[in-house]
Amino acid sequence: MATNTKTADISAEELARLTAEAKKEAAPSSTKILWNEFKADRPALIALIIVVGFILFVMIAPLFINSEKMMTTDIMAYLTPPLQDNFLLGADANGRSIGLQLIVGSRNSIGIAIGLTLISSTFGIAWGLISGYFGGYIDWGMQRVYDFMMMLPMTMMIIVLVTIIDNYNSISLTFIFSIFYWMGTSRLIRSRTLAETKKDYVAASITSGTSSLKIIFKEIMPNISSLIIVDTTLSFAENIGVETGLSYLGFGLPPKTPSLGTLIANANDPNNITQYWWTWLPAAVEIIILCLSISYIGQVVSRAANSSQRRAE
Amino acid sequence: MWKTILRRILIMIPEIILLSILVFLLAKAMPGDPFTGSINPRSSAAQIQHLKELNGLYDPWYQQYWNWIVHLFHGDLGQSYQYHEAVSNLIGERAINTLWLSAFTMVLTYLIALPLGLYAGKHEGKLPDTVIRVYTYVTYCIPFFVILVIGLWIFGYVLNWFPTTGSVAPTAKGLGMLSSRFFHILLPGLLGALFGTVNIVQYMRSEVIDAKRSDYVRTARSKGVPEKDIYRHHIFRNSLLPIAAFGGYSITGLLNGSIFTETIFSYPGMGMLFIDSINYRDYTVITALVLLFGVMNLLGTLLSDIILGIVDPRIRIE
Repeated sequence: MATNTKTADISAEELARLTAEAKKEAAPSSTKILWNEFKADRPALIALIIVVGFILFVMIAPLFINSEKMMTTDIMAYLTPPLQDNFLLGADANGRSIGLQLIVGSRNSIGIAIGLTLISSTFGIAWGLISGYFGGYIDWGMQRVYDFMMMLPMTMMIIVLVTIIDNYNSISLTFIFSIFYWMGTSRLIRSRTLAETKKDYVAASITSGTSSLKIIFKEIMPNISSLIIVDTTLSFAENIGVETGLSYLGFGLPPKTPSLGTLIANANDPNNITQYWWTWLPAAVEIIILCLSISYIGQVVSRAANSSQRRAE
Repeated sequence: MWKTILRRILIMIPEIILLSILVFLLAKAMPGDPFTGSINPRSSAAQIQHLKELNGLYDPWYQQYWNWIVHLFHGDLGQSYQYHEAVSNLIGERAINTLWLSAFTMVLTYLIALPLGLYAGKHEGKLPDTVIRVYTYVTYCIPFFVILVIGLWIFGYVLNWFPTTGSVAPTAKGLGMLSSRFFHILLPGLLGALFGTVNIVQYMRSEVIDAKRSDYVRTARSKGVPEKDIYRHHIFRNSLLPIAAFGGYSITGLLNGSIFTETIFSYPGMGMLFIDSINYRDYTVITALVLLFGVMNLLGTLLSDIILGIVDPRIRIE
């Protein structure tokens, strides 16, 4: 009741001023912090614009590319060097445009990396949260599954699975990869959840009878959201390497489907790697720039998540 | 301590059994059979049938699995259908090559990473620290196979400094063979080490930063031990054991990387053998390799856990 009488004493003007002051002093929202951090770090902002712009470009541009025509062999254009005969980046040994393959390949590779990040991170986060929150036998059992997965030689297992499954496409490939790439996230989230579960607010929620699911996903998860964002950004950069690496070895996307990895695989031919550098080098450079930019962004995000390291005021 | 180790080993046993079943079933599910390659136009369907029956390919899977396990315990991993050689001999030959390359890479990694980590920790927050952090970050986030391909292109083909294929020059003899071997692992080893330092550098750095503020360092300082000796004898010595524990964990990474390294450099080790066997559907070799890699991952982790358990009593109680 006391509070009611008090608000009545303050004039509307005074209230507005106080609210504005309180807002100014309160911690800004996490989006705001993130944005401020990017504004304070010019190179990071540029990296962000490049990455987002590039991803949008490779997602939209392939809609206007006739991929069937792109992948047909044209013997007349055999290994055309760059900047000749309408081939901006030259052509490969089958006379196919490297530039067009690069765009479509980027779409495939980045698309798989995004899908893989979404699936494996979601699974890893859920696994870590549940394992860390419940503890005891549940945690023990889930950790044994984790141990077992960690023991598996990942690259080998993926190659074996890809050989078994005859008819796979990018979606089934993404799922196969996801089986093997959730463990890192889960371990990280579990250790933070263990620490978080010991805190008073969780104990209070438990005593007042809140359901476990609600505590896990509505209370603990928002509290470790900064960690989740940082980890997801970094795994995205890593996941680009997963698909491209396996496609490079010939066990990712089928050879008819261009990917950044299959493009780099052009370098397996000793003639290509020495004389016809344009068949593989652009894809390699693109992967390097992309991964560097994404993890640079990840650095800024992790700085924003840690108040003692922020650069922005 | 012994109890912890024993419990860890007991947990390992069901894991290995599970892995062996998984590996066996996956190999069975692979398309084609080992005789696909050896069938010639004159062999009749009945002959192939007979060949398959002889090799027990029509038995139920658990029986085949049991036979495989019994043979495994007799040290018999089966015959390679492609190379017409006992799998254990085949893998033995290739394992030596992989071992050389991995050991060389690991030693180089430590040689590069330890001083960097120590230096970064010593100058925490200053310019050297920033430079080292940027270096580890850049090397960490570029996919390793891209580095290998570009390294092979620049140093192998363009500059022509290093050999681009094989593990030894075919003409080399005697002492020349040893140096030729070393010459062949130099480039992949250097690249692997330069681009694989991140974990050790970061761990060493945080160890040093923790140690700098600890009581024993303060005591040493107050006794007047020179700053250089504090770092060399007190801090460095103390962090050596936990750092050594990283060796076990890095086995996983090295083995995984060997598939790429050996394929790109056409280096005849286990990684390349695996890719070849996949292409030939040589499934006795595939199962043996996957199982071997899995067991080695497990042993590496066990080793690291034991070392860390000795260093840090808190881990033991868990």
